[in-house]
Amino acid sequence: MQNPYKPYPVRIDQITVATEDKALRTYRLVFLNKEDEEAFQYMPGQFAELSLAGYGEIPIGIASSPTEKGHLLFTVNRVGSVSTALHNAKEGDIMGVRGPLGNSYPLKQLEGKNIVIIAGGFAVTTLRSTIVWMLDPANRDRYGKIDFIYGARMPGLLMYQDEWREWRERDDIDAHITVDREFPGWDGMVGFTPAVTEQVAPSPENAAALVCGPPVMIRFTQPVLKQLGFEDDQIIMSLENRMKCGIGICGRCNVGPEYVCKDGPVFTLAQLNQLPREY
Amino acid sequence: MSEMILKKSDLADFFKSLAAECQLLGPVEDGGRIKFAPADPGVFLLDFQNTFMSPKNLFFPQSERLLTFTTDSSDEKAFILEDSGDKPAPRAVFGIRPCDAKAFQVLDRIFRNDQYEDPYWFQKREATTLIGLGCNRPCPTCFCTSVNCGPFHEEGLDVLATDLGDQLLLKGLTEKGEALLSKAKGLKKADKKALEAAAGQKTASEEAITVKVPQDQIPGRSVLDLFEAEHWERVHESCLNCGTCTFVCPTCHCFDIQDEVCRCDGDRVRNWDSCMSWLFTMHGSGHNPRPGKKERVRQRFMHKFKYIPIKRDGEIGCVGCGRCINLCPVNIDVRDVVRNMNA
Repeated sequence: MQNPYKPYPVRIDQITVATEDKALRTYRLVFLNKEDEEAFQYMPGQFAELSLAGYGEIPIGIASSPTEKGHLLFTVNRVGSVSTALHNAKEGDIMGVRGPLGNSYPLKQLEGKNIVIIAGGFAVTTLRSTIVWMLDPANRDRYGKIDFIYGARMPGLLMYQDEWREWRERDDIDAHITVDREFPGWDGMVGFTPAVTEQVAPSPENAAALVCGPPVMIRFTQPVLKQLGFEDDQIIMSLENRMKCGIGICGRCNVGPEYVCKDGPVFTLAQLNQLPREY
Repeated sequence: MSEMILKKSDLADFFKSLAAECQLLGPVEDGGRIKFAPADPGVFLLDFQNTFMSPKNLFFPQSERLLTFTTDSSDEKAFILEDSGDKPAPRAVFGIRPCDAKAFQVLDRIFRNDQYEDPYWFQKREATTLIGLGCNRPCPTCFCTSVNCGPFHEEGLDVLATDLGDQLLLKGLTEKGEALLSKAKGLKKADKKALEAAAGQKTASEEAITVKVPQDQIPGRSVLDLFEAEHWERVHESCLNCGTCTFVCPTCHCFDIQDEVCRCDGDRVRNWDSCMSWLFTMHGSGHNPRPGKKERVRQRFMHKFKYIPIKRDGEIGCVGCGRCINLCPVNIDVRDVVRNMNA
C-alpha cells in the first residue's frame, strides 16, 4: 500500500494574484511524474495537503476541476506560516501535494436536479471546481437549471473574475454576482448574499443548494433557504477544521464522531444538525 | 494453540534463546519507575504492577521521523519528500500487561481505517512479538473488566504468560507467538494441574477487580444528548487541561506533524499531541472550535466512550489501565465521568 503521508512532487507552474488585496493567490501546479498525475483522481469538493519542505502542510480545497487536465489549481489565503511561505514561493519552485483527500460533493446523487450554488468571499474554490465540472459538455445534460449566487465585500475581492464574467453571458448557468455596497464601475448586483438569494428565490422543487462561505453568510443564508422551502437534507455544506494527517487518524478535526478530513468535508445540513457545532 | 510450562529456574535460558533471535525488551526499573527497555534479561521484573508510561511508544514513538528531504537547491531531489528508509528491526517484548496489549489492538483499528493504513504503526507491529504477563495483583485503579478487557485478556498479544509461583504457563495465541514458543528452549507441555492453577488465578484476579463502570446506556444516547449533558460543567471546573492523561494513556494517539530542518537536512516528524491543548484545534483565522477547557476535556471522554464506539463497531477507546486516575493532578476519575455519561 502506498504511504499516505508522502506527497507527490509538483512544480509551481503559474501564480496569479486572486484578490486585489493580494491576500489570496492561485497556484497552478504540475506533477513532476506522469504516473502521480494519473494516480491523483479527484472529484469536486475534495481537498489536498499542500506540502512545503521545511514548513509543513496545509489542507486546501482543490479549485480546479477533474475535467481540466494537466494541472491542479489551489487558491490560498495567507494566514499562517505555511501559507506565508507559499505566498513567498516563485513559479518553478518544487513543492508537494498529498491527496486527493476527503469526500466530494455528491455529484452522482445530484444528477437530474436543479442546482443552487451559493458562495461568499473566497470560500468559492471547490464550488468553482463544481461549476466547471458541471458545465463540461460531458456532464451538463445530467443537471437541471444551475444558479450561481456569489458575493464578496467589494468587486476586487471576487475571485475567478474572468470565469464568472463568462458564466454571466452563458445561457446554461445563471450567475448572480453581487457585492455588499455600490462601487464605481461595478456592473453587477448589489446586496448581501442572503438578500440576493431571497431575490433570486430559487425553487426548492427537485433542487439542492451547495453553500460555502464565512460563518456570518452561512448564518443568514440558512433561514432564507428554509423560507424558500429547502429541507435540511437539500442543503449541502463544506466544513473546515485544523488538520494534520488528512486521513482520519491524527484526531483533531473531528466534529462529533465524524472526521472533517475523511468523512467530510462535505456534509448536509441535516447531518450537521445531529453533530456538535465544533467547527 | 500450545500451552507450555517454563520453570523460573530456566527463565534465563529462555530469555537468552529469545535474545539470540531478535532484540529483547522487558520490564526494568529506572529511577523508581518501571519501563520496557532492552536490558540484561536477568533484571527483567516479574512482580510489578505496570509501567509508568503506557508502552504505546513501542509502535508510536513520542517523536518519529516520517519522511526526509533536502533544502539544498543544488540537489536534483531538493524539496522532494522521500521515505526515510527507517526499517524496524525484529524484536520481542516480555511482560506487556493485557490492558496495554488490548490498547494496541484498539489502535490497530485507529491506524487502519476503511481507506488508509499508517505504515509506521504497522511495520513496527509486524516486526514485534508480544509476550504478555497476566496480572496476579490488579491495582485499586484497574477497571479493565468494565471495558471489554481483563487481567488475563488475550487480544493484542502473541503469547500470554501466567505466573504460577515457581513456573510460568505460556500460551501461544498467534502464529508469531507459536513460532516463538517452538523455537524457545526448556519448555515442556503444560499438565492439567498447571492449566487449572492458571484458570484459578484468572478467576481470582477478575474477582479482585470489584469496581464496575457500566456503559449500557451510552450506545442508546445520541451524540448531542451526551455532548450537551450538564455534568461536563463539573468536570471542567477542576480540569487544568494539563494533558497528563493523554500523555500516559495507552489509547491516546493524536499527533502533530512538523518539519524540522538542520542546515539543509530536513525531516518531516510526527509528535504526540493532546486534545487538551488550545492549539490542537485552532484555525489559521484565530477561530477555535474548542475554545475552552470544557470543550477540550469533554472531547477526550466523548472520543473514547462515544465517537470511537460509533465508528469502530462498539470498540471502546479505553482499556481500564487506570494511569489517568493515578496521575491526574486534580483527581478527575474516568470511572466517575463515565458513570455520569451513563446516568
